[in-house]
Amino acid sequence: MTNDTVLHIEDLKTYFYTEQGEIPAVDGVTVSLERGKVLALVGESGCGKSVTSYSILRLIRPPGKIVGGKILFTPKDGAAPIDIAALNEKSDQLYSVRGGHISMIFQEPMTALSPVHTINNQISEAILLHQDVTPRQAREMAIEMLRKVGIPGAERRIDQYPHEMSGGMRQRVVIAMALVCNPEILIADEPTTALDVTIQGQILKLIKDLVAERGTSVVFITHDLGVVAQIADDVAVMYLGRVVEKSDVRGVLKTPLHPYTMSLLQSLPGLGHRGQRLPAIRGSVPSLTDIPPGCPFHPRCPHAVRGRCDVGDRPALRTFSNGGQAACVRVEEIHPHVHEVGHSNDPRVAPVAA
Amino acid sequence: MTTSPQTPLLQVRNLCKHFPIMSKGFARRPIGAVKAVDDVNFDLMRGETLGLVGESGSGKTTCARTILRALSPTSGQALFHVDGQTVDLAQISEKDLKPLRQKMQMVFQDPFSSLNPRMTVGDIVGEPLLIHKLARGKELQDRVDEMLLKVGLRPEHRQRYPHAFSGGQRQRIGIARALIMKPALVVADEAVSALDVSVQAQVINLLADLQDEFNLTYLFVAHDLSVVRHICDRVAVMYAGKIVELADSEELFENPRHPYSQALLSAVPSIDPDIKMNFDIGGEVADAGKLPPGCPFHPRCPHRFEPCDKVVPWLEVVEASNTSAACHLYIPPEKIEAAALAQGSK
Repeated sequence: MTNDTVLHIEDLKTYFYTEQGEIPAVDGVTVSLERGKVLALVGESGCGKSVTSYSILRLIRPPGKIVGGKILFTPKDGAAPIDIAALNEKSDQLYSVRGGHISMIFQEPMTALSPVHTINNQISEAILLHQDVTPRQAREMAIEMLRKVGIPGAERRIDQYPHEMSGGMRQRVVIAMALVCNPEILIADEPTTALDVTIQGQILKLIKDLVAERGTSVVFITHDLGVVAQIADDVAVMYLGRVVEKSDVRGVLKTPLHPYTMSLLQSLPGLGHRGQRLPAIRGSVPSLTDIPPGCPFHPRCPHAVRGRCDVGDRPALRTFSNGGQAACVRVEEIHPHVHEVGHSNDPRVAPVAA
Repeated sequence: MTTSPQTPLLQVRNLCKHFPIMSKGFARRPIGAVKAVDDVNFDLMRGETLGLVGESGSGKTTCARTILRALSPTSGQALFHVDGQTVDLAQISEKDLKPLRQKMQMVFQDPFSSLNPRMTVGDIVGEPLLIHKLARGKELQDRVDEMLLKVGLRPEHRQRYPHAFSGGQRQRIGIARALIMKPALVVADEAVSALDVSVQAQVINLLADLQDEFNLTYLFVAHDLSVVRHICDRVAVMYAGKIVELADSEELFENPRHPYSQALLSAVPSIDPDIKMNFDIGGEVADAGKLPPGCPFHPRCPHRFEPCDKVVPWLEVVEASNTSAACHLYIPPEKIEAAALAQGSK
């Protein structure tokens, strides 16, 4: 954690308690978001990327529960860091953080909007909750925000209902709603997955521009490595509830260290092996109720070694000489040009404990 | 996945599927039409994979379903050459169609909703054989087992229910159900879109292996262009119910001709952070219910010129290429003029 870390998640554990037993959806995640940067959480279904983002806003409902770890949010005004994980469920402080300092946009814009309220009702509600303004002023602010997110005819659109708009327009409304209180952190959970590719481009550009203009920091959750390449500064790759690789965007996509990231990138179609078989990853993502011992990726890993990868605890994140971090015991053997420089509890993290 | 010139399995001619828009009130009458599929023409060769790509609302799924007669076409032909005879799927009666359905099967997008949760895998995969009265009892079981092995499942999976399988395995079940009829044509409608990246590659490989083994012809409907690039021999790009470009796969991706194809390809995010995608394609996908006059893409097109908002372009072979594009940039001016007169007088 550096001086300019706006959000530091430390050893977060979010478990679900179901009939099948305890499900460790997020099991010891440590990531940092720098101010004004975009951090991408990437992974396949079940890796815990969405549960991590819901945990940040304390949106986890029973049978789920945050059972351990810290979520430290450092406001811009220089106030002391707030541990969101420790806040009382009903405290005013949590309400002011959620929607005021940190807000969220969701994958499916139709379910994130109320079908029976006008756009004005929905955006003004957020403003009136968090700011001391009259409904008339709130409406003006809402129109201004709609203009900023590129909705033509904002004065007319504001009195419409969501069903009168296209998918791309609805997602713009959702983004307007999330940004109207000028949050310090925006959490975007697969915001473009439900959109067509030409509309996806428009929304990604909008998010990039807003970040540049307002200095907003973004946690961007996606499974699409192409989107990651285009929008992220830093990337954390997750597998079965933990971060297995962490680096800047070039590190993860161009010189990946962990075999999971490497295999994932190789199995993408359309990169020069047309007509040939794709180098697919064998098997499928295991169930969270049945996590393999040792490194949970070992049954699917082309580099796994019996007796080392399939026994003991999950490997810890280690930091390597190229600046990346990976949770794999064989990194130096697979990549002879790198060596370990420290553990995941590297000096950047130390000040938090103090 | 070879591209040797062969005989066509399917010839689609002027296929249209229009959904009427009804007036409100008591006397409901049609006041317009959503032209979901509008004058679509293409040939599908034996053993090839033709990709049908486009954004939502472009009519790619409706087109595929209309060919299979899951929807009845408004007009046009779909000539299916199978077992030494030629039938027009658009005209044939329901009764005569039923035996033909064995020869054309579909694999669906969502492996969760396309399998009946109350049926065992054996029943799901074997049901087509029962419906067409092709096998029963021990023979049925044997054929189901054989098919399950072919798609990478095990015979003992026959007793289980779909919920016991992962997304990728369910998609294998859906593929087994389609292929047990030994079809000539398989329509894969977003067959790998719902799968995780690591599993998607397995299913793509499986589809390729099965194509080689059974000499299948695929009509591959998809929006993911990198998947299409990997498995398709040729690609048809649809926009607002029409095919705007039809080209060999490599050619399309290396040298797209239609401005919409160019826009679509440029908007695909590259996984190389140093190759910036085109974020800025203005406008929204045209509404098939109220198409702009002329070329449906002209309001978003950076190359539009004088005839674009007046004359509807048609697929025309681009000079010195295998590509056809429906764009005035590639149509000789005298032909546009002639068409302007003809379309204007209508």
